[in-house]
Amino acid sequence: MAYEMNFAPVLARAPELIDGAIATIELSAKSICIGLIIGLGVALIRFNRVPILKNIAAFYVETFRNTPLLVQLFLLFFGLPFLGVRLTATESAIVAVSLNLGAYSAEIFRAGLDAIPKTQIEAGLALGLSRLQTMRYVVILPALKVIYPSLTGQLTLTLLGTSITSAISATELTLAGAKIESQTFRSLETYIVLAVMYIAITFTFRAVYTLVGKWLFRRKVPKASIVAATIMDEETSQ
Amino acid sequence: MIQDFGWGSLQFLFLGLLWTAGLAFITFIAGGILGMLFALGRTLGPACIRIPIKIYIELIQATPLLIVVFLAYYGLSFLGLYLPPLAAAAISMTVYATAFLADIWRGCIEAVPKGQWEAADSLGLSGSERLRYVILPQALRIAVGPTVGFMVQIVKNTSVTALIGFVELTRAGTLLNNMTFQPFHVFMSVAAMYFIVCYPLSWWSEKLKERRHANSAAN
Repeated sequence: MAYEMNFAPVLARAPELIDGAIATIELSAKSICIGLIIGLGVALIRFNRVPILKNIAAFYVETFRNTPLLVQLFLLFFGLPFLGVRLTATESAIVAVSLNLGAYSAEIFRAGLDAIPKTQIEAGLALGLSRLQTMRYVVILPALKVIYPSLTGQLTLTLLGTSITSAISATELTLAGAKIESQTFRSLETYIVLAVMYIAITFTFRAVYTLVGKWLFRRKVPKASIVAATIMDEETSQ
Repeated sequence: MIQDFGWGSLQFLFLGLLWTAGLAFITFIAGGILGMLFALGRTLGPACIRIPIKIYIELIQATPLLIVVFLAYYGLSFLGLYLPPLAAAAISMTVYATAFLADIWRGCIEAVPKGQWEAADSLGLSGSERLRYVILPQALRIAVGPTVGFMVQIVKNTSVTALIGFVELTRAGTLLNNMTFQPFHVFMSVAAMYFIVCYPLSWWSEKLKERRHANSAAN
């Protein structure tokens, strides 16, 4: 039995898909902002070996990196109400995705901090740069350049990961698609359209990261590497 | 009937964990074989092989795994093949793992210093001898750490197949939650089981990477 593709019923629902795409971008952007702040804070705590806090930070990073996002979502959305905290689906999604990114980016930031030798900071000061200039030109920019491929790759994984939040019916693109799929019975077509939309969003985000990189580093631009982020190893994946 | 969360529940979850391990194992073997072929094709093949592989890798890496899983589940059944969730899960996980492993291993092959390729050439080794005796043994040593690290991602990501009804650990958790109405206990236990499997792998991967960095610093 040959199956005839028919995209018309799916494309007729374009406004819902576009709303979904916007919701996905919004969810990703919020989670990325919160997640990067958490990650930076945790990395600084671990880098400076703040007593007690550093143990909590290590526990947080390891638990979130070694359990699936889907289970974290279920725990937040279904489990927390039993402890008296009730979050909406979208709030749970933002919290889970941010905490997930926080744990991964903390390790990436730490790698960046480790990459700058102490002597380089001393050299910067010896050249007569102010503390602020040293921080900016000798520590932050070079460190960011080292981790830029991993970091932006991780942001891409975060964006793709938001599709899982449809499992607790947070409003985003995959949920919009699932709704259309169940009403039109055009499953294959719906998911092909979704795949194309996700690829378009991902490539757009990646182009933005390249532009930001160009502006930040001006000379050589490191390419976003989703693999560098996945395996947390800058050396082998450039 | 509402059950209470107890010893029987943990046994039920453990059964799910076995399916998670099984799916992760199938994915790693199938994805490993295809990923190796793709990595070699991508680094050494002619343009007509290199470019399609590159496109495949780029597209899969830009699509959420969940969408790949849905495409395999619905897509294949519409093409006339009725596949049980396990088959759709294994196929989509393999498609995903192939794209990542191919890219990881390509990086490892390219990380072997240029001088080694040239040395093999000047010793008069043929193309396949050069790979067999010089490049791949060194690439393999570089690859162990990242590969073990990626196994953690495979184990965690099998959870996504719960959403097409494949009963692995996460799906076992949702079923158990429907029976017991104790989501906190259930999903904490599920998370703990994933952690027990993934943490040793993460730790091992870190150790392997550290050892390699220590070696390359000493050379």
